[in-house]
Amino acid sequence: MSKIEEQSSGGNQGEIRYLTPLNIATVSKKKYCRFKRSGIKYVDYKDPDFLMSFINDQGKILPRRITGTSLKYQRKVSLAVKRARHLALLPYIGDLVKEE
Amino acid sequence: MQHYETVFILNPVLSESQIEETVKKYQKYITSAKGEIIDTENWGLKKLAYPINKKKSGFYQLIEFSSEGDIVSDLELQFRRDEKVLRYLTVKLDKYALAWSQKRREKLKSKAEKPSEEKEQESQPREPVNA
Repeated sequence: MSKIEEQSSGGNQGEIRYLTPLNIATVSKKKYCRFKRSGIKYVDYKDPDFLMSFINDQGKILPRRITGTSLKYQRKVSLAVKRARHLALLPYIGDLVKEE
Repeated sequence: MQHYETVFILNPVLSESQIEETVKKYQKYITSAKGEIIDTENWGLKKLAYPINKKKSGFYQLIEFSSEGDIVSDLELQFRRDEKVLRYLTVKLDKYALAWSQKRREKLKSKAEKPSEEKEQESQPREPVNA
């Protein structure tokens, strides 16, 4: 951060000087719980396409720190994924699950 | 009274009449045990995400019903004894799930009624491209 400010203010110490501040996102976008935001109260296990967004390529359930889901709905998501797996709507294990 | 939803997968080797028969059998069982069938959905032949009993596809059938809780164990016992059923899952529906399933039913209904209109709308923008 300090370096960028020096560069943007045109300090002579750096070899490369920029007239405009570099376009680097210093503040990352805040993650949010999509269930809370869009008001979904029930996670349906019958919709594998929707649940696809909560599993990775191997078919594992993604952690909350990546999807941003709140704890309340993460529990429901994991239950729904497990139900979908039981009904062979989602695989238990797999390679490149999402590309199929 | 509780609301339940059960999904089961039938053997893909069965003929269509056999499938209808088995589905009716389970529906009859629910109604005979003083349950009330709210909705049935036939998802048709679907590919399984992984093989079950060396089968790669199966007929999915969904039945939503309301009944006393004690019939669920009997129903699942019948599923377990039935060789035609590959998998089954019975879930209790809470108030959010009920609202969701009602919405889903309405969506499916409107989809079933409107396919002709949608097709017309699709074909209109395509015509000038062809001309």
